[in-house]
Amino acid sequence: MNKIVEKEFFSENVAKLVIEAPEIAVSRKPGHFVIIRIDEKGERIPLTIASSDSEKGTITLVIQKVGVTSAKMLALETGDFIRDVVGPLGEATHIEKIGTVLCAGGGVGVAPLLPIVEGFKKAGNRVITVLAARSKDLVILEEQMREFSDEVIIMTDDGSYGTKGLVTHGMEEVINREKVNLSVVIGPAIMMKFAALTTKKYNIKTYASLNTIMVDGTGMCGACRITVGGKTKFVCVDGPEFDAHEVDFDQMMSRLGAYKEQEMEAYENYLKTVE
Amino acid sequence: MEKVAEYLKIERAQEWRGELRKSMKAKERTSRERVDMLERDPDIRNKNIDEVNLGLTEELALLEAQRCLDCPNPTCISGCPVGINIPKFIKKIDAHDFLGAAVVLKETNALPAVCGRVCPQEKQCENNCFYTISLKKPAVAIGHLERFAADFERDSGKVAIPVVAESNGIKVAVIGSGPAGLSAAGDLRKLGYDVTVFEALHEIGGVLKYGIPEFRLPNEIVDVEINVMRDMGVKFVTNFIVGKTASVEDLKAQGFEAFFIGSGAGLPRFMNIPGENFNGIFSSNEYLTRVNLMNAANPEYDTPVLSGKNVAVIGGGNTAMDSVRTAKRLGAERAMIIYRRSEEEMPARLEEVKHAKEEGIEFMTLHNPVEYFADENGRVNRVRIQKMELGEPDASGRRRPYPISDSEFEIDVDTVVVSVGVSPNPIIPSSIPDLKMTDWGTIVVDKETMQSSIPGLFAGGDIVRGGATVILAMGDGRKAAAGMHKYLQEKVKK
Repeated sequence: MNKIVEKEFFSENVAKLVIEAPEIAVSRKPGHFVIIRIDEKGERIPLTIASSDSEKGTITLVIQKVGVTSAKMLALETGDFIRDVVGPLGEATHIEKIGTVLCAGGGVGVAPLLPIVEGFKKAGNRVITVLAARSKDLVILEEQMREFSDEVIIMTDDGSYGTKGLVTHGMEEVINREKVNLSVVIGPAIMMKFAALTTKKYNIKTYASLNTIMVDGTGMCGACRITVGGKTKFVCVDGPEFDAHEVDFDQMMSRLGAYKEQEMEAYENYLKTVE
Repeated sequence: MEKVAEYLKIERAQEWRGELRKSMKAKERTSRERVDMLERDPDIRNKNIDEVNLGLTEELALLEAQRCLDCPNPTCISGCPVGINIPKFIKKIDAHDFLGAAVVLKETNALPAVCGRVCPQEKQCENNCFYTISLKKPAVAIGHLERFAADFERDSGKVAIPVVAESNGIKVAVIGSGPAGLSAAGDLRKLGYDVTVFEALHEIGGVLKYGIPEFRLPNEIVDVEINVMRDMGVKFVTNFIVGKTASVEDLKAQGFEAFFIGSGAGLPRFMNIPGENFNGIFSSNEYLTRVNLMNAANPEYDTPVLSGKNVAVIGGGNTAMDSVRTAKRLGAERAMIIYRRSEEEMPARLEEVKHAKEEGIEFMTLHNPVEYFADENGRVNRVRIQKMELGEPDASGRRRPYPISDSEFEIDVDTVVVSVGVSPNPIIPSSIPDLKMTDWGTIVVDKETMQSSIPGLFAGGDIVRGGATVILAMGDGRKAAAGMHKYLQEKVKK
């Protein structure tokens, strides 16, 4: 049982939860994720860790309402408990001093990007961060990102904040302006796909952190498998970060939709119980 | 070993055993027919998850126990990986002391109700029974009797807690709560150690919970045996991945002095054929975990599972049988096994194959999938299959299958479960520098003590064997517990 010690809404459907998990708070590194099960009847879902406080023994997760489990999580209050939290899982991000790192985050993908931005900055790199969202109210963690980035570029679909346009426009602006040694992209699969196509054009090594369907998260089930460079890989133990130019994003998107019908039905049933 | 032989001799010489032997002529015992396990009707059971086997009645158990000759040299024991005193427990049943029989089982077996259900007795104790070896008759139904004694004890509500030695205050860690880990934990606790079992999942039991289906091994039965261990003083920690949540070094710093790794064969194998990553294609681990551990078939639970009309399960082992019989229970109209060799080479237990056939499972032996196809949503809808024929025996002693050219054809499927084996889970080994591994990713251990290349670190079960049975894992756990005891006692002396 893990207690929620803080909850803050970033927007209507996105919130930050700070959860007691003392061992994970100590052992986790940038790139790691946890698997949670909200209650006895809940499913196991992976969530990337945005930050942690080893002294307080807490980890921070950012959750977007997309289905039953995320909706139930956002309905929890400070003081409530999550039945199971296990981790940290996956391979940590390989952080080194390489020069200029272009980080791009879309939607709630910005949350797991934060520790990576922090890590690369602290390792002595020049870090430029592009944050993309549909509109101004969906831009999250901007202040924290500014703290660890040499520059933050905001892109919104509707132009309500920063520059109007897609994440790839912001990335290309940087690439055309200066030498980029490495890029890290995290966000919806479709965003990562096009971000990867952009950096490939300029031959910039790029990592994408993938969030697929998982059950155990320890390599046991293979639900998270995707094709990388023609080979089947398990996101939970081989990833979650992969060479973005080698990932079959179309397959990943198809696999993410494997339970679309059941998920929609379950969500409708859930909404009825809440109303 | 001499000590064991001596112990068995003394036990056999006890008066009650002698009297029982005299009470019936050997000829009368051997003239009896072996009793059959009661089973649920196939057409009813393939629509629910109730247990298929129903056990023996007291009358049947007594009849069967009388068949046992209480041999002076009980060869059956040599076939038991955990060394149960088989004649003693059977003679306790013969003497109407059913609770006493359960106590005998628990002297060496932490999970008798489990073993009575899932052990391949026909390849182990029963294969070494005097009836099998010398009389060429059906063996004493040792497995059925084990289950009977364990179930009788549980149903009586008088579950005996094994005697635990006085606590010695030495902390030991068991990593993984499957059969290997539970067996090691039970023995170590009996010796007086302060035992903590660390489990990665949210439930204790490993493959007994996530893998073996309810209709073959109800979770409730596993929980009763785990609760006995709790009552013995074994501590359990769930949601804790050694090597991730904390390292072996971290645990050493917390005072743990020896470790047993029983983390299992986590990684499912796929065949690497085109289309294998389409939706609706599962590893047997995923399919069974969703249904068994996560209760996906119960609408009250959030976890979904794709359950189709035409389900193909690839493979011929026990896990394949569990998967295909699960598919039938989830409503498949056509649930089929596709196996590349013939039925003779199938690694599954005969009982599982028989039960599967009774339940209406189709067997496509000497067939192998070569490619999958999908609809516009990426869901598998067809599989192309190739016919096979058998050639010369390979390294495993089984005849090697070869494809027959131009024999390919396609069938409609909407769900596929790939059950072609597992590889060892890499999480723990990769977190321990200098741990000696084989090329197959299993941990190298001393066969007698189960100690790895690192002193104080022992291992057993599938992480050493790469994929075996519950009972072999349990045998490893016992051996390792003895090895750890020796190691720790020598360490204390220094």
